[in-house]
Amino acid sequence: MKSTNPEATSVETYFENKYEIVSGKLTEEEELYKENILDHYKNPHNKRKISHCTFNHKDFNPLCGDEITLFIKTEQGKIVDASFEGNGCAISQASASLLTDHLKKISLEQAKKLGPWDIFNLLGIRISHTRSKCALLCLKTLQEGIKEAKL
Amino acid sequence: MNSAHFPLLEKNKSLVYLDSGATSQKPAVVIKAMNDFYLNYNANVHRGIYTISEEATIAYEKAHEVVAKFIGAELEEIIFTRGTTESLNFLAVALGKKLKVGDEIVLSEMEHHSNIVPWQQIAKVTGAVLKYIPITSDYRLNMSEAKKIITNKTKIVSIVHMSNVLGTINPVKELAQMAHKVGAVIIVDAAQSVPHLKINVKDLDSDFLVFSGHKMCGPTGIGVLYGKKELLQKMEPFQFGGGMIQEVTFEHSTWTELPWKFEAGTPMIAEAIGLMAAVEYLQSIGMENIEKHTSDLTQYALGKLSAIPELTIVGPTETKDRGAVISFTLNEIHPHDVGEVLNRKGIAVRVGHHCTMPLHKLLKLNGTVRSSFYLYNTKEDVDKLVRGILETKKIFRAEKITKK
Repeated sequence: MKSTNPEATSVETYFENKYEIVSGKLTEEEELYKENILDHYKNPHNKRKISHCTFNHKDFNPLCGDEITLFIKTEQGKIVDASFEGNGCAISQASASLLTDHLKKISLEQAKKLGPWDIFNLLGIRISHTRSKCALLCLKTLQEGIKEAKL
Repeated sequence: MNSAHFPLLEKNKSLVYLDSGATSQKPAVVIKAMNDFYLNYNANVHRGIYTISEEATIAYEKAHEVVAKFIGAELEEIIFTRGTTESLNFLAVALGKKLKVGDEIVLSEMEHHSNIVPWQQIAKVTGAVLKYIPITSDYRLNMSEAKKIITNKTKIVSIVHMSNVLGTINPVKELAQMAHKVGAVIIVDAAQSVPHLKINVKDLDSDFLVFSGHKMCGPTGIGVLYGKKELLQKMEPFQFGGGMIQEVTFEHSTWTELPWKFEAGTPMIAEAIGLMAAVEYLQSIGMENIEKHTSDLTQYALGKLSAIPELTIVGPTETKDRGAVISFTLNEIHPHDVGEVLNRKGIAVRVGHHCTMPLHKLLKLNGTVRSSFYLYNTKEDVDKLVRGILETKKIFRAEKITKK
């Protein structure tokens, strides 16, 4: 996968700087709606509430009406549980499913360093500029949540 | 019907453009008229006495006249703005100045954000109250409720003529009578209707009527604010500066005559000339023919779309009092995913809430897919849309999902 600025870890900066995401036309729907994505969309992982979470955060994508609430539970710097609730398009929901899976394998410090390209890698597909907002909603929710919880 | 007149559509034969409700494509005559201005007589208007400035001034003023005739108004009643949104904002500020605490502004539940948000701001400042005429289960205005809502407290009624989501055409003439009976003014948001229907402001008896150039084959950046002469004469200008004054001293200023007193600064000259060319183009085709063509297409599309299992049309399903805008949902498939697959088939539709979040919330929808037709669309376009929808369903359903 083509990589642009690896230091652009904040979703806000990512869109502010308008890094080139994908050029060229996507013609095959298989590229976007491949089985892996559809699977995460139809049978999302970690789609539940965590009642005693360390923090949770809700964010929207007003353009499409996607919404995600992310729940994170940490113990001594480790992410011991991660989950989400919400609704939206296949891309936004599959991203949240994949991200929460990934979060459970890493530390909070590592989570702070996640950037847009990590999400695109998790999805394993090319994302057009417009749909990047859908794909990156879960990451934006995570980053805002961490900021708000002052972790 | 006329796609050959539209260079973009001629160049992209595989494009199925079903988003004219957002903006229409532009015929060659409009592009040429604007080019001609920039290439041959670009100059400021109402200022120079040299030849090309005269030419530009004549064209700019003629644009007002052409637009005026198009909707049955007079030149003095046509103010050019940046678009429908700006027209509504101007009116909200100008009419809002006279509102007092407890005065009521009547809107409807199917309004576009541009006919809600400016009034909310005015209500906050003045203490006026917003009232919404509800919609019925068949996506029409509830007129018996309207009768109860429009009262002596009502000062302004501002209503969309044709809904940009439902396609519903509202009985604005009847609403105008109701408004006038209680001494209120009526504003008609005609952004979706002017491109499709023959409109006569005198027949509708609307006090103000607003629309945009770019949805009716004209350029972006220009819109129209029609107002009855006797009302405009009594109103203060929306903006102040050059071009709208009669005399300026260091202390005071007086205003020039209608409609120029409402057009401060150098106006959008090329856009006005483009809009004039667009109106002349539509007239050459004939508004009756355009209305018939898009109405036939709508009827055809309503039949084809409602035959698709799990597709729900969000709007009236009969063509009477209904425009060429069809919004729908495809069971639980998110509108953005539908739009994405359709895009890959070369079909351009709008997805989302179409600037009507309150309406979508009311209908408990987080978005819809909207296809809108215009004079260049064909039944073949509708067939391609239907095939695209069926393929979308296949991608999201028929695939074997391996459970983890």
